[in-house]
Amino acid sequence: MKKSVFLGALTVAGLSAGVAAAGTLDDVKARDMLNCGVTTGVPGFAEPDANGVWQGFDVAVCRAVAAAVLGDSTKVQFVPTTGKTRFTALASGEIDMLARNTTWTFSRDVDLKFEFVGINYYDGQGFMVPSALGVSSAKDLDGATVCIQTGTTTELNLADFFRANNISYEPVPIETGAEAVQQYLAGACDVYTTDASALAAQRANFEAPADHVLLPEIVSKEPLGPLVRHGDHEWGDVVRWTLNALITAEELGVTSVNAEELAGGTDNPEVNRLLGTEGTLGEMLGLDAEWAKRAVMTGGNYGEIFSTNIGEETPIGLARGLNAQWTEGGLLYSPPFR
Amino acid sequence: MTIATDPPKESFRLSMLINDTRYRSYTFQAIALLALIVFFSILGNNLAQNLAAAGLNISYEFLGDPAGYDINQQPIPYDSQSTHMRASIVGALNTLIVAFLACVTATIFGVIAGVLRLSNNWIISKLMSIYVEIFRNIPVLIWLIIIFTITANVFAPIAEFRLPRDGSDPERTLIFGMMAFTNQGVFIPKLTLGDSGAFVIYAFLASILGVFGYRGYARKKLFDEGKTIPVLLPSLAILIVPAVLMYFALGRPLGVDLPEMGRFRFEGGLQLRTSFIALWFALSIYTGAFIAENVRAGILAVSKGQSEAAAALGLRSGRIMNLVILPQALRVIIPPLISQYLNITKNSSLAIAVGYMDLTGTLGGITLNQTGRAIESVLLLMLFYLTFSLTISALMNVYNNSIKLKER
Ligand SMILES: N[C@@H](CCC(=O)N[C@@H](CS)C(=O)NCC(=O)O)C(=O)O
Repeated sequence: MKKSVFLGALTVAGLSAGVAAAGTLDDVKARDMLNCGVTTGVPGFAEPDANGVWQGFDVAVCRAVAAAVLGDSTKVQFVPTTGKTRFTALASGEIDMLARNTTWTFSRDVDLKFEFVGINYYDGQGFMVPSALGVSSAKDLDGATVCIQTGTTTELNLADFFRANNISYEPVPIETGAEAVQQYLAGACDVYTTDASALAAQRANFEAPADHVLLPEIVSKEPLGPLVRHGDHEWGDVVRWTLNALITAEELGVTSVNAEELAGGTDNPEVNRLLGTEGTLGEMLGLDAEWAKRAVMTGGNYGEIFSTNIGEETPIGLARGLNAQWTEGGLLYSPPFR
Repeated sequence: MTIATDPPKESFRLSMLINDTRYRSYTFQAIALLALIVFFSILGNNLAQNLAAAGLNISYEFLGDPAGYDINQQPIPYDSQSTHMRASIVGALNTLIVAFLACVTATIFGVIAGVLRLSNNWIISKLMSIYVEIFRNIPVLIWLIIIFTITANVFAPIAEFRLPRDGSDPERTLIFGMMAFTNQGVFIPKLTLGDSGAFVIYAFLASILGVFGYRGYARKKLFDEGKTIPVLLPSLAILIVPAVLMYFALGRPLGVDLPEMGRFRFEGGLQLRTSFIALWFALSIYTGAFIAENVRAGILAVSKGQSEAAAALGLRSGRIMNLVILPQALRVIIPPLISQYLNITKNSSLAIAVGYMDLTGTLGGITLNQTGRAIESVLLLMLFYLTFSLTISALMNVYNNSIKLKER
């Protein structure tokens, strides 16, 4: 009899390990805390402020999900990840979602088995050089020393770009963005390359931003977005539709200021469905009716999040560009709430 | 008269497994073994289940795919279209290069510091104690980062070597027209081989063997016939003359390639990157401190009577060290030295902290990350390091056997 109990325990241990991959939504609710992977620090995107509170464009996505699921945008445990550690952290379950300017690529989606739930920033890879170098095009960089972060799409694009243009370079591999900036400023490399948004964000923190120029070439497509583990569709839906809610809210003119008022009922049925006064969308997600309202009221809709963290009024000063709503000539286009 | 009687045959009872000291240890070992097997099968089972649940399988096919990334230090030709396997080999060679050089310099540092620590000069011996204590007691990773930061900041920015665009002279130029210390590394001349250049190298390598042969011959002559023949000058001649003759006979196929300033950095010559210098130096100076202690212990282990006896025979102190003390001390020094060499090889995996592309940086870093094949990469990584370590141990053991006390 003892033997069978033991074998039974073994099977349970084995099985439960397999099941742990699914059910993230329940795990998050049971834990009453969302574990969200972010960068180790990129100004405007994810960085702790003077009080140690994480702020930024990517952080806002984590907070919106926490508000939607747990009803409290502060119930987030932020886990800093580097380009190298982020995927292991997500795959191993250490984090529930990753919002860390991560590019949606075929192999990450299909081979690494992740699920990108959408795109919160349409970006491309750019180059930054000191203006003193007198370089005006990336094609003039033959023989230059380039700082890159390892484990990123950046290093692959870089190799492709130089190869395609038949020029050479000396790569200096670096773990984190902060180290890369330090090395670049110390002159250990002549060029710093990464997503153009991150270049702008990090340059804003330089002592003399004007001494550095971004070269005109954008050498890749970098659709950046939050991702979750493959296979847990319920959780994937929650994160996907929270992001869509932020985008739709901007499109429909729902802001952190007027959401409460609009939730009293409007004559636009989509606004009503979004804010939960009509239909049962929240219930279908396994959440309550006001999930999207809370998400929007946390940091505002997509446009508000953009302008408070990285927009033109901030030192980072990014224009909406491709990240404008489709109605404004941009690429942001959320599927309908219906 | 005594009659040997067999002790009464006890029948084996199950309780004896616990109560009888003859069997008890077997029982416990069997239980421990069983527990271990169960533990590992749970782990293995868990891994297999989780991999299956995540839809992953163990496969090494990715090693044949193009790596897609570039590596700065390439001992063998490599580009971003080469395979992940080749990237791993480049990394492995980089590991071996830095480990080998660090073993050599750590031994030099260690022997010097170890001998000097026993010096009668108070200042020198205290300085050496300070060196040993400081380096031994602070983790090597911290030394690595300190040294890297210092080298990157002490050497002049490479921009000062560039030709200014207004046509004026650069702020700095090559030292002796052939070397430059910059924050992107040290640039030195490189030996280039012409078509037949390899033969000059072969001749030189053969000469090295020749020198050993000659010294063996001289020793035999001394032991068999009691004659001493000159060693130093003939050795030097054997070492140099054939290579020089070969060099001229083949029409001077060797050349040096001097670094020359290009648009951004020095082209030509050899670049010792800051990451490489920092790693090499940090490993050497850190491990040197441990080796110094081994050397000191080895020397102290030789009893004082030995050096007194040698002195009584009229040997000078240098010869006492070389002929009496060191050969005996080596027997004590070599075994711990092996483990220091292994430590260097393993610690070289900290390379990624300064961006040196060793095996951990390529296979265990970028390849692992870009392909997501974590388990496969780590297993392969373990295999590489295990092979390196076992090979080093084996070689050092051969050497150890050759110098150990031969009992006649
Ligand atoms: N989008 C690229 C690059 C992402 C990336 O690593 N960006 C840098 C830009 S500075 C970053 O976030 N670094 C912050 C860090 O190292 O924590 C990718 O997904 O591979």
